[in-house]
Amino acid sequence: MKKIIEMSIEEIKEAYAMKTLKVSQVLEAYFDQIKKYDDKIKAFISLREEEAIKEAKILDEHLEKGELSGLLAGIPVAVKDNISTKDLKTTCASKMLEDYQPPYDATIVKKLKAAGAIIIGKTNMDEFAMGSSTENSAMFTTKNPWDYSKVPGGSSGGSAAALAAGFAPLTIGSDTGGSIRQPASFCSVVGLKPSYHRVSRFGLIAFASSLDQIGPFTRTIKDSALALKVLQGKDPLDDTSKESSNIDYFESIDQPIYKMKIGVPKEFLSEGLDSEIKENIVKTMEELRKLGAQVEEFSLPISDAGLSAYYIISSAEASSNLARYDGIRYGYRPEDYKDTDDLMLKARTEGFGKEVKRRIMLGTYTLSSGYYDAYYNKAMKFRSKITDTFKKAFETYDVILSPTSPILPFGIGEKTSDPLEMYLADIYTVNINVAGLPALAMPSGFSKDGLPMGIQLIGDHFDESKLFQVGNHLEKKIKVKDIFPKLEVK
Amino acid sequence: MRYETVIGLEIHVELDTKSKIFCSCPTTFGKPANTNTCPICTGLPGTLPVLNEKVVELAVKSGKALNCDINLINKFDRKNYFYPDLPKAYQISQFDLPICIGGYIDISLEKMNKRIGITRIHIEEDAGKLIHDTYDPISLIDYNRTGVPLVEIVSEPDMRSPEEAIVFLKNLKSILEYAEISDCKMEEGSLRCDANISIRPMGQKELNTKVEIKNMNSFKEIHKALIKEEKRQIELYSFGEGEKIVQETRKWDSAKGRTISMRSKEDAHDYRYFPDPDLSVVKIEKTNVISIQEAIPELPQEKRVRFINKFDLDEKDVDILIDDKKLADFFEELINLETPAKDASNWIIVEILRVMNAKELKSIPIDAKRLSNLISIIDRGVISRTIGREVFDELIISDQSPKEIIEKKGLTQINETSKLLGIIEKVLDNHEKAITDFREGSPRALDFLVGQVMAQTKGRANPSETRKIIEEKIEIIN
Repeated sequence: MKKIIEMSIEEIKEAYAMKTLKVSQVLEAYFDQIKKYDDKIKAFISLREEEAIKEAKILDEHLEKGELSGLLAGIPVAVKDNISTKDLKTTCASKMLEDYQPPYDATIVKKLKAAGAIIIGKTNMDEFAMGSSTENSAMFTTKNPWDYSKVPGGSSGGSAAALAAGFAPLTIGSDTGGSIRQPASFCSVVGLKPSYHRVSRFGLIAFASSLDQIGPFTRTIKDSALALKVLQGKDPLDDTSKESSNIDYFESIDQPIYKMKIGVPKEFLSEGLDSEIKENIVKTMEELRKLGAQVEEFSLPISDAGLSAYYIISSAEASSNLARYDGIRYGYRPEDYKDTDDLMLKARTEGFGKEVKRRIMLGTYTLSSGYYDAYYNKAMKFRSKITDTFKKAFETYDVILSPTSPILPFGIGEKTSDPLEMYLADIYTVNINVAGLPALAMPSGFSKDGLPMGIQLIGDHFDESKLFQVGNHLEKKIKVKDIFPKLEVK
Repeated sequence: MRYETVIGLEIHVELDTKSKIFCSCPTTFGKPANTNTCPICTGLPGTLPVLNEKVVELAVKSGKALNCDINLINKFDRKNYFYPDLPKAYQISQFDLPICIGGYIDISLEKMNKRIGITRIHIEEDAGKLIHDTYDPISLIDYNRTGVPLVEIVSEPDMRSPEEAIVFLKNLKSILEYAEISDCKMEEGSLRCDANISIRPMGQKELNTKVEIKNMNSFKEIHKALIKEEKRQIELYSFGEGEKIVQETRKWDSAKGRTISMRSKEDAHDYRYFPDPDLSVVKIEKTNVISIQEAIPELPQEKRVRFINKFDLDEKDVDILIDDKKLADFFEELINLETPAKDASNWIIVEILRVMNAKELKSIPIDAKRLSNLISIIDRGVISRTIGREVFDELIISDQSPKEIIEKKGLTQINETSKLLGIIEKVLDNHEKAITDFREGSPRALDFLVGQVMAQTKGRANPSETRKIIEEKIEIIN
């Protein structure tokens, strides 16, 4: 039998159904793996072992009686540490919220629990989800399980690394400009950024409200579809969430794709793209053709404007969203202060890290009177243009294929000195958030040095089912899902 | 030189909803600190606002009651600033697209009619309250009020005196009360007013530098503050020191009776308004606006005209009734119980207001049924009006019916000639001088004699009956 920690959700569920595995056995296997390797990888900020084992035992009683129900019954799940969990610290990897314990569960946490999933811990990230490497975490940097000297990507690097390292068969991240897809590619796992409006944001500690979406990391495309089924849906507590349409992912997931038209934006293959990744995309296009799809390059003239629009909008929203951390009610509070203003000033100066402060300042500037029209308003105009450009592309294409990242996983510390270079690495992912579209990142092979590569499939709004359908076929062709990193203790 | 005062007002009104604007916490006033709160209204990380639709309905209603146009597409904006009573560090408000625009209120002052323009009305959420300890150098924060729905009503600078401003405010308040948009309790902060005031030479068209005045907690204080600021500015202009009037916010200090500079224009916040990404655009159906408008109850102006025409009351009395919705409602209740209009109005204005003022009551201390009952007992001549007042005072402190009180106290009017005759004869025996005076043509002598009988009977004697008998008696003696 396959090792538990290498199983997909589907395989674990099958084992439960066949009664060849018990829930506590599964939990034990994952916690063993975590204990063995997380000292080195550092994917988790907090663990929830005792309660998780207790919950597993209860589920085993149900399993015994054949009453195990729920789409994710007995599945361990790790959640990014910017998603609120009742009675479990939710830090956003920030000194500001180091000891913050939410009094409520995020809607998606409630949904996971209702589906029978067991929360095993909270994962590391870039502080307040700002970054692409977890190096902005105020706690520690997570290592890439494929190469400890490399970053796992970010901001959901902890969740991506945890999945790759066999710490959980399902982890949850959030994606504002690529924060699920880029680490998924860096760690060779499947990561989905759902359509804006599809998954409730209630309880997700906001970075940029109009861009943030919660999504799953899984080993397989089918697991991703299953997870989305659990997470999605209109939430009365989130005005921006909507009732999902096209949700019968499994009805179409195995259907052939030979009638599909897949476009590859030329602009996404131009300068700045790593040559191995470019080769990999060309190979992937070939595989899709072999599957019968019609694949062609086309022009999608947005990427530069998109990156600027993204950084202006996300920073503007962040400057407002993060203003509530003032040291008054919760969170970091300085020891000495003269008066209320001094308290707020010191709390924010000492409680936030460099990158967070950089974006707050950028956002405050772009919203200031006199600059608003030149920056924020202009960015919003670009935003509708980008949305229209994509809309038009989807009149021709069912799915758009592109690289996830222009570069391979980079070395820890390699890019920390130049934030702009780090921002440029988001060039393929940010536009999707700006347009509110769904995108699926999946493994597509390895570089000569054995570093993971990934592609992203972009869909029309609420058209995740096509992404799963294409991804599912491609996954069988590419055959990397059963390759695991060789972890070392040292 | 003669000067002209220019006043514009900004009024914050708490809307009369059961729950807050973006969460389900109750809006009840006066609860223990921080008990009407939840993770949403205290802005805990990850929480999101969801609009209470009742707020939109009441805001539309306020717009229609104040003759505004309604914007059918509405969005919400964030007004960003740091203050401990604002837990998200931004207030959700409406910036460039207020829900209502371009209305007016008609006022009349010393028989002059005038129309005061309403620039805009927008929806926003209230902030919490800081509580400063007098002795400790600490401040506490009560977030119960955070997220209570407000409309901010902005007037045109159309008022030319503090008195006009007060009449405008009184009219506005009664419209909002009549339309059941807000309870407008100034003492609970559900109606708060800031004023912009400037002075210019009579005849000048352009406006001079304006000063904003805050922290006025009653109509009386607003009036005082405006008079004081008006005086301050006129004095500065008269002494050629007009440049000392700068655009600033001044705080009214009611204890010291003067305004104090709070912050100048240079310190003004840059609120960095932008559309709130957490809230979707609110589209209002035209048909909804119409049905909301149709459901607005009779407003004070219309009611005033109706009262005057239908009930033949004195205009001054009607104004008193209309000014306070409670009184007008109570009047109508009495009318529905078939109390004659004149009686109903007299009793409210004389007796009920007397008791309410003396006891500083906020509500009417008696129910309409019992009062109407008492009035009909008086009208039937069972007791006199004087005795009626005595019964009324008893009614408001006991649960007994008027009849029970009258019986218990033996207050029934003495109407029978047989019972009155003996008392009258005794009085006449003892006051021969008055009889002589009466015969010599002094009508006051008769009043005196009736008064004596009333005194003997502790007011129970039927006055007109008594008068008749005395007249007859004196004629007979003659």
